[in-house]
Amino acid sequence: MYKLTGVKKDYQKGHEVVHALQGVDLTIGDGEWLAIQGPTGHGKSTLLQMLGGLDRPTAGSIQFGDHAGDDLAQLRESQVTKMRAESIGFIFQTFNLVQTLNAQENVEAALVPLRVPTAERRRRAKAALANLGMADRVHHLPSELSGGQQQRVAIARALVKDPQVLLADEPTGNLDEGTRDDIMALLEELWRDHRLTMVLVTHDSMVARRAQRLGVMQNGRLSIKQDTRDQPAASTRPT
Amino acid sequence: MFLTYTRRELRRRARQASIIALGLALGIGLVITVTALSTGVRNAQGEILHSLYGQDTDITVTKPPKFGSFSAGGGERFRFGGTGTPPKAGTKVNIDNLTSGGLGTLTSANVTAAARLSGVAAAAGGLTLTDTKDSITIPRSNGGFGGFGGGTGTFHPPTSMSVDGVDLSGNGAALGPLSSAKLVSGRTLRQTDANADVVLLNSDYARSNKLSVGSTVTIAKISFKVAGLVEQAATGNPPDAFIPLARAQALGTAAGKSLKGKVNTVYVAANSAQNITAVSKELSALLPGTTVTNQNDLAKQLTGSVASASSLASNLGRWLAIAVLAAAFLLASLLTTAAVSRRVREFGTLKALGWTSRRVVGQVVGEAITIGVIGGAVGVGLGFLGSALVGHFAPPLSAAVGPTTGSATPGGARTFTGGMFAGGGGSGGVPGGGGFPGGFERSQSALAGATPTVHVHLIPAVSGSAIATAVVLAIAGGLIAGGFGGWRASRLRPAAALARVE
Repeated sequence: MYKLTGVKKDYQKGHEVVHALQGVDLTIGDGEWLAIQGPTGHGKSTLLQMLGGLDRPTAGSIQFGDHAGDDLAQLRESQVTKMRAESIGFIFQTFNLVQTLNAQENVEAALVPLRVPTAERRRRAKAALANLGMADRVHHLPSELSGGQQQRVAIARALVKDPQVLLADEPTGNLDEGTRDDIMALLEELWRDHRLTMVLVTHDSMVARRAQRLGVMQNGRLSIKQDTRDQPAASTRPT
Repeated sequence: MFLTYTRRELRRRARQASIIALGLALGIGLVITVTALSTGVRNAQGEILHSLYGQDTDITVTKPPKFGSFSAGGGERFRFGGTGTPPKAGTKVNIDNLTSGGLGTLTSANVTAAARLSGVAAAAGGLTLTDTKDSITIPRSNGGFGGFGGGTGTFHPPTSMSVDGVDLSGNGAALGPLSSAKLVSGRTLRQTDANADVVLLNSDYARSNKLSVGSTVTIAKISFKVAGLVEQAATGNPPDAFIPLARAQALGTAAGKSLKGKVNTVYVAANSAQNITAVSKELSALLPGTTVTNQNDLAKQLTGSVASASSLASNLGRWLAIAVLAAAFLLASLLTTAAVSRRVREFGTLKALGWTSRRVVGQVVGEAITIGVIGGAVGVGLGFLGSALVGHFAPPLSAAVGPTTGSATPGGARTFTGGMFAGGGGSGGVPGGGGFPGGFERSQSALAGATPTVHVHLIPAVSGSAIATAVVLAIAGGLIAGGFGGWRASRLRPAAALARVE
């Protein structure tokens, strides 16, 4: 799904230049679950943003999908936006729901760029929420939902368009332990059922261990610490 | 999704949206009120000006009198008695002359030529005359010089009545002072009255002289039957009486000459307000030596509070409205930009979901235009309210028109200060060489003082164009505010937006 070659990202911070990514090489296969761990400020989220086309690298290439020519670093903004709309779902630590829209409308927002007709859009949003046990909360505003419920809505929003890739940035960072486990179990189930390629950024080892592959970001460099792609997912592996 | 999102978002920041809408409403309301005030003042001016020379008349053409048509001291030469035959002493002489004073004459052909000019919808001629009545008893003469002397002469102050000759054919009745008169009793003059001895009287004159419909009035020694009474605005010294033009021409004189086929005022209606200036120039070229006066000229001579109100509305009022509107637009822009700044993470998320910059900007602009439309609607309401309040509390406006030499406007032609009378107390006589002179001269003053002050009520009028302007301003305000906010939103990089801590 992805092939990153020599990806670098530098930021200007006042008079200083911050080297957020220092030459990352990475290949992510279709249907793979990669977790990226590491201390705060070492480039985890930056790498995720590169994978999602939310930012452009300073150097290097990011091949995405089956099209060899689709280098995210070179595509026009409109092409990257279209790719995000069709193929990539995002989940954020702070849920990032639109506070003025209810649960169903938040999920529908992901289908708006695809110009899905209104009736179809509503049907699919309701179905996505129902799949995540939120059928009775479709008309609730985010402020009326718990953290776990809001994250479920966010997951529904990410998956309603049947993406190829799911990028999650600290999806359990704002949740308590019990809810964290629920959400992780849910994500794992969805990853399996939808055959998603999932990249999950976390600082929580318990969460990271569930992935097939574990990478660690340290000072802008990525090293793979665990590779269990040939093995079942962590939750099903014998302890 | 757009409408739902807009509605919810505006509800969320209702206070801020209300401030923006209120600011726009105040600016737009002020624009409407000032526009209505200007229209009201213009209508008041028009009401005053139309009373001077008629509802549909845009231009008047008059001619100054010929130099020397008056004797020294001015005035008509009255002729009475026979040629050189002095009346006997003790004879009572009644004078009743219908004269044109203070204005030169034009011909019917001039009127026809004026009517044929391009840009002219209609033209009609009229006569502005004065009927002067006097009654004197010839005193005994001491001989030698004729005239008065010895004993005291009998002196009665003369009376005068202003008389307008109205062209009753074609458009004549629709132009000129009669067109703005309101019939209060009897009937108006008809085309069939063209050669009849019928008269319309000013209701105030009729009241003062105890006349009514059916009464008889003598003009130039001819009895005219009163067909009706009309009410006219006091501005412009309205005539006391209207008679058919043909009768005025037959009975009147100017400098001792007959007025047959003559007029002393031409009333012209242009076919459009935009053409008035051009038509005025054409008339000046067609009839050299005449005075061509249009509404703009007269408007400049209006004095009193109506002129002040006009100045206030067009200067201070306009600039104040522009300043308030500019401030409202600026406030809307700043608050919209601030609102976008607070929604950076939200817009970053939408971009992450695949929303294009154009869609995000469209959302921002749409919200701003919605606020603008709400502000515009409230502004229209405020404009109506402001206009109503101004109309209710504004004191009546006063107006007077200054003199315009040689025109039919009031003051010049009709003012009469009495005459010079020789004699009295044995002081000698009117020169005449032993005989009674062929006439004596009376001075007709060219003293055209300002017309009486008239009061009109200011009625601000909100027009359709003002409301349309308000709608355009409301949308413009929304677009400007949305443009600033949208530009801010379009520059957001998703990654930077998502990294923002709120």
